[in-house]
Amino acid sequence: MTSLASKTRILVVGNGMVGHHFVEQLHQSSDNVDITVLCGESRLAYDRVHLSSYFSGASADDLALTTADVYRDWGVNVVTNAIVTDLLRDEKKALTEDGQVFPYDKLVLATGSYPFVPPIPGNNQEHCLVYRTIDDLIAIENSARESKVGVVVGGGLLGLEAANALKEAGLETHVVEFAPQLMAVQLDETGGDVLRSKIESLGVTVHTQKATQVIEAGEQARYRMVFADGTFLETDMVLFSAGIRPSDQLARKSMLALGERGGIVVDDNCLTSDPDIFAVGECALWQNRIFGLVAPGYTMARAAVSALTGGDTVFTGADMSTKLKLMGVEVGSIGDAHERTTGAQSYTYFNQPEGVYKKLVVDESQQKVLGAVLVGDTSDYDTLLQYALNGIDLPENPETLILPSSGAAPALGADALPDTATICSCHNVAKNDIVSAIDEGCCSLGEVKSCTKASTGCGGCTALLKNVVDSELEKRGVEVSKAICEHFNHTRQELFHIVKVNGITSFDELLDKHGTGLGCEICKPAAGSILASVYNDYVLKQEHLPLQDTNDIYLGNMQKDGTYSVVPRVAGGEITPEKLILLGEVAKKYSLYTKITGGQRIDLFGARVDQLPDIWEALVKGGFETGHAYAKALRTVKSCVGSTWCRYGVQDSVKTAIDLENRYKGLRAPHKIKFGVSGCTRECAEAQSKDIGVIATENGWNLYVCGNGGMKPRHADLFATDLDTETLVKYIDRVLMFYVRTADRLQRTSVWMDNLEGGLAYLQDVVMNDSLNINADLEAQMETVVGAYQCEWKTTLESEASRKRFRQFVNTDGTDTNIQFVSERGQVRPATELEKSKGADNLIAVDVI
Amino acid sequence: MTANTEVAPLWHDVCGIDDVVTNSGVCALIEGQQVALFSVMRGGEQFLYAISNWDPIGKANVLYRGLIGSIADDIVVASPLYKEHYVLATGKCIERDDVSVVAYDVKVEGERILVAV
Ligand code: SRM
Ligand SMILES: Cc1cc2nc3c(=O)[nH]c(=O)nc-3n(C[C@H](O)[C@H](O)[C@H](O)COP(=O)(O)OP(=O)(O)OC[C@H]3O[C@@H](n4cnc5c(N)ncnc54)[C@H](O)[C@@H]3O)c2cc1C
Ligand code: SF4
Ligand code: FES
Repeated sequence: MTSLASKTRILVVGNGMVGHHFVEQLHQSSDNVDITVLCGESRLAYDRVHLSSYFSGASADDLALTTADVYRDWGVNVVTNAIVTDLLRDEKKALTEDGQVFPYDKLVLATGSYPFVPPIPGNNQEHCLVYRTIDDLIAIENSARESKVGVVVGGGLLGLEAANALKEAGLETHVVEFAPQLMAVQLDETGGDVLRSKIESLGVTVHTQKATQVIEAGEQARYRMVFADGTFLETDMVLFSAGIRPSDQLARKSMLALGERGGIVVDDNCLTSDPDIFAVGECALWQNRIFGLVAPGYTMARAAVSALTGGDTVFTGADMSTKLKLMGVEVGSIGDAHERTTGAQSYTYFNQPEGVYKKLVVDESQQKVLGAVLVGDTSDYDTLLQYALNGIDLPENPETLILPSSGAAPALGADALPDTATICSCHNVAKNDIVSAIDEGCCSLGEVKSCTKASTGCGGCTALLKNVVDSELEKRGVEVSKAICEHFNHTRQELFHIVKVNGITSFDELLDKHGTGLGCEICKPAAGSILASVYNDYVLKQEHLPLQDTNDIYLGNMQKDGTYSVVPRVAGGEITPEKLILLGEVAKKYSLYTKITGGQRIDLFGARVDQLPDIWEALVKGGFETGHAYAKALRTVKSCVGSTWCRYGVQDSVKTAIDLENRYKGLRAPHKIKFGVSGCTRECAEAQSKDIGVIATENGWNLYVCGNGGMKPRHADLFATDLDTETLVKYIDRVLMFYVRTADRLQRTSVWMDNLEGGLAYLQDVVMNDSLNINADLEAQMETVVGAYQCEWKTTLESEASRKRFRQFVNTDGTDTNIQFVSERGQVRPATELEKSKGADNLIAVDVI
Repeated sequence: MTANTEVAPLWHDVCGIDDVVTNSGVCALIEGQQVALFSVMRGGEQFLYAISNWDPIGKANVLYRGLIGSIADDIVVASPLYKEHYVLATGKCIERDDVSVVAYDVKVEGERILVAV
């Protein structure tokens, strides 16, 4: 240390992500330093990893990792626009472009890297750009504004991200790749192909095995890229993303040791060939490798801090596994993805129709995971990564790790992880860090997060962290909360009992007596549903509106563009020609998109919130009622035509379907409920896939319960046979009300049944033998609910105050001009962002005719 | 030296106190901007908040139709489209560090609500 200054003068060149992390860590570890940062850009450090979010609305401020004020508070001296051009190593001074001189005791090079632009004639024209800094983003944005077509050169990770940015900016987007596949570093050939077809289906054209030879003036577009094979592509702008090169110019000039292909050589302490100069981040070369990810850079920064402050943290390399979402496509790559290890063997799962590809690479003896490739579904990533990083022994049938969940895949519990397992790689938090945080008093996920910083970076480790925390807390006898949310320490079933037993009639009362805070979108609708199941008038009261999900408030399902769908009830699917005509007339008048739903009724899409009352007024006048398509309530009772017309039918399935639908319409439940009624065993109404299924027999009805279509289909269980209609209804009353009372939030009857202790036999016992002695109560409650039914739309239209809610603006009559449509197959559909920004020729203004 | 060219926000009379529903939102059009205005009751006291109505993730003008709630000490609205939470006081998105919406100042004068845009 120098004798003159009491504090060591640390000079940091470069204020990228790693340079900033170094400053932050050093500031926290030592008071005895005087830090100066020379920042080559005009802004202080920002989040390069999330650069692309700039195109989806994030501002430069949102991306910032620090501010001048924070640095000032830390006593860090920072100079922006300070590009260092020379190092006088003998005098320990750095010189900037504009002639300033900065002396140092220790120097840290954190100069990162720069985008490589292939030496193609014409590559330096105005609309030929790169993608690395916020200034680059601004240039891209400006260029995109004057362009229709954009090409990204390079089909690697960053290239595809750049392509996404161009697509979001509304350009016709192409990716040109020299190699035969996309993401050749991370994926194998099949993985690359699957990714390619997914990305192409999203509207980005991919050209592989194309070597650009020259960029010249185009005929249709601004430029023409001519390829080695004689073909060409015309474009208005070119974005180079053909790899990065370490920014080692300064080190080269001052004769520091460099790698053969560039990069500043460092040791495990991140020290360069000069004992007073460190290098960290993407400019540093460790054991002949450059690490182009932020997590290894952070580890290097910590190693350098440690070397300066006498600690023992060293850099020992880093795992380069990655998981990311490119244009909504999940991609993951772990370890030896290319099976380069001698003797490596692999398992693959390839589901072409769904675009899912998974490959598991294992060692010769099939004991350990060496690597993996995941495209289209990365849900196995965390588990596989843990196997790979911790050398955990593979289960007997390794393929179960990548096969779609058959229920048989051995989940890797938190306990199976060794103490040293890295849980969060962004902040380098291992399992034992979490264990000690809990030992030191953290007793919730939130506390562990703020104390260890785990899961506060990319967020990829959230699920795993929760597993570890839950399991550790449980081991210490802490009851891990099954609470519905942070505002109530109860399950839905407990809340139901509280409401029922204590006669609670409002959310505020419930929150006051049994909860904390203001509630949220989980507990509010759940409470709303419970209150509605107990007292059916609930949904419409003005003071209860804030409880409902938006869809319930506006009595329609919100669509992607903020418009709503209109689904009137068509009980049993039976509809008169007059009503069909009315639906057609209303749809025409308001230019609504019309479709027959999977539930035997008609959905009118594209209604603006301010149009809903008028539309429903016309429908209600014509005899329609709300279809509750928006509610966790009875949806539809699907019927087949039955004995009236069908030559095989044995009962009037249509009448029974209509009667059942009219009886249970409006019933609020933990989740939606669907029925089916078939007129004979041919089962044309698919009743066995419904929550309640009814199938006609010669002698009456067979009742099936707890079936499900949807995400996880379940065949309904045969509950009782040959019932007369009256008993049928009685049993359904009891089953439904028991479900309403005891199920969890958003639990369909199928899942409820699967979790019901005692299963079908228990339910039969409750409903048919009254084993709990509650049937009278269940039936009485159902009668109350049935008796209190009213069409929510009709009631809403009757009140001026309620109608007012549907205005778009409180202060003027206008409408939302962002809602725009284009015509497709003779009807409207929402215009895409691209169509809106380009003012596509087929954009149509929808006026009421 | 250049003069500060940033224009200070102007107060706009938007609506009456009675036009907002407690614990719910309305939307106002102010100089072409859609502003979501929320009235929240906390500890018996009424608070007003205004943020941009544009959902930057769902890409639609819908935030005023979201559900209001709290996460720890922050009062938030959940986007009705994909349920991200925005802190009403600051416009910050809880789930995504890289996303936020503009928050505006609100005040009450007499029976009127004013928003600074
Ligand atoms: C419109 C319709 C598709 C169509 O054009 O045919 C549809 C549309 C939606 N379905 Fe569906 N489902 C429709 C029939 C079905 C069916 C078929 C049926 O009912 O026979 C199923 C499978 C059967 C079942 O539910 O078991 C079905 C299984 C789902 C699921 C998965 C449920 C599950 O338990 O796995 C969801 C998601 C959910 O509810 O959480 C869903 C959710 C949705 C939502 C609400 C998604 C959303 O939040 O935007 C859609 C909104 C509809 C709207 O805006 O009106 N939809 N959906 C059908 C409306 C039927 C009706 O008239 O009410
Ligand atoms: C679009 C994009 C997406 C990415 N996505 C991911 C991801 O998902 N995951 C991941 O782990 N990584 C990702 N990365 C990589 C990650 O951003 C880098 O690993 C990280 O930023 C490296 O940090 P650094 O500080 O070493 O370099 P940089 O962030 O490049 O910072 C170096 C700084 O030094 C300055 N500088 C250079 N020379 C001088 C000089 N002579 N004088 C003064 N200043 C100088 C530069 O201007 C720059 O500001 C992504 C990168 C990009 C561009
Ligand atoms: S189930 Fe099929 S066969 Fe039987 S009545 Fe219905 S339509 Fe006819
Ligand atoms: S791994 Fe990125 S936050 Fe934990």
